[in-house]
Amino acid sequence: MRGNQSNQDTFDDLREELRGALSPLGRPELRRDLWPLMLRRLEKPPVGVPWFDWTLLALTGAALVFFPVLIPALLYHL
Amino acid sequence: MELLHRFAAGDPDAFESLFRRYQSDVYRWIVRIVRDPAAAEDLTVETFWRVHRAHETFHPDGNCVGWLRRIATNLALDHLRRQRPDVTLPDDIPAERQPDSAVQGETRVALRKAFAELPPRLRIVVQLRLVEDEPYKDIAESLGISLAAVKLRMFRGVRLLRKKLERGGVRP
Repeated sequence: MRGNQSNQDTFDDLREELRGALSPLGRPELRRDLWPLMLRRLEKPPVGVPWFDWTLLALTGAALVFFPVLIPALLYHL
Repeated sequence: MELLHRFAAGDPDAFESLFRRYQSDVYRWIVRIVRDPAAAEDLTVETFWRVHRAHETFHPDGNCVGWLRRIATNLALDHLRRQRPDVTLPDDIPAERQPDSAVQGETRVALRKAFAELPPRLRIVVQLRLVEDEPYKDIAESLGISLAAVKLRMFRGVRLLRKKLERGGVRP
C-alpha cells in the first residue's frame, strides 16, 4: 500500500512535467462532420487480390508440398 | 437499445445514426492518443469502416462504446507503430502555456523527444493516464488487457522515460 502510494507520488512529479511538455487535450471537438468521408469510404470498391498473386501463392504452396526441404530455406530468408 | 439491434441486423440508416452519435467520442479518444487531428479524422473513419464490416458479429446488448474504443485504440496503436521513432510529437494542437525559462523549454523539448521514442504500447498507457488523466479501468478496456497489465505497462513506461531523460542529462 505504502509502495503504491510511493509510486503514485513518483508518477505525480512526472505527470506535471509531462503535462507541461504535452498539454492535455481534454475534450477536443471534432472540426467537421465526418459522414461525407465515411460515405466515400463505403463507396470505395473493395481491394481485390489480382489473379497473378493467387497463381504465385498456389505455385509456392505446391512447391512446398512437393519439396518440403525448401521450408527451412524459406523460413531462413523470412 | 433499438438502434444497436437495427445496426446488427444490417440496417444502413442505423449505421448512419450510430456514426453520427459516436463519431465525436471516437475522434476524441483517438486524437488524445495520436495527437494529430488530421490523422485522428482518418482513423475515426477507418474505425467505423471496420465497425460496418463487423456488424454481423456485433452484440447489440454489449458495451457499444467499449467496442468502438477497442477498435479505435488498435488502429491508433498501429498508427503510432507506423510513425518513425525519431519523429517528435506534433505540436499543432492549441495549448495554453505560460511563458517559460530557457531551461524549462529545453526540459520540455527533451521530454517530448523521450516520450516520442517510447514503444507505442507503453506510450499509449502513459499518455492516457498521466497526460489525459483517463482511469486505468477505461485504458484496460480499450486495450483489451487486464488492469494489472495496464499498471505494469505504466510502470515500465515511466521507468523507461526516466532512463531516457537521465541519459539525455535531464532530471524531471
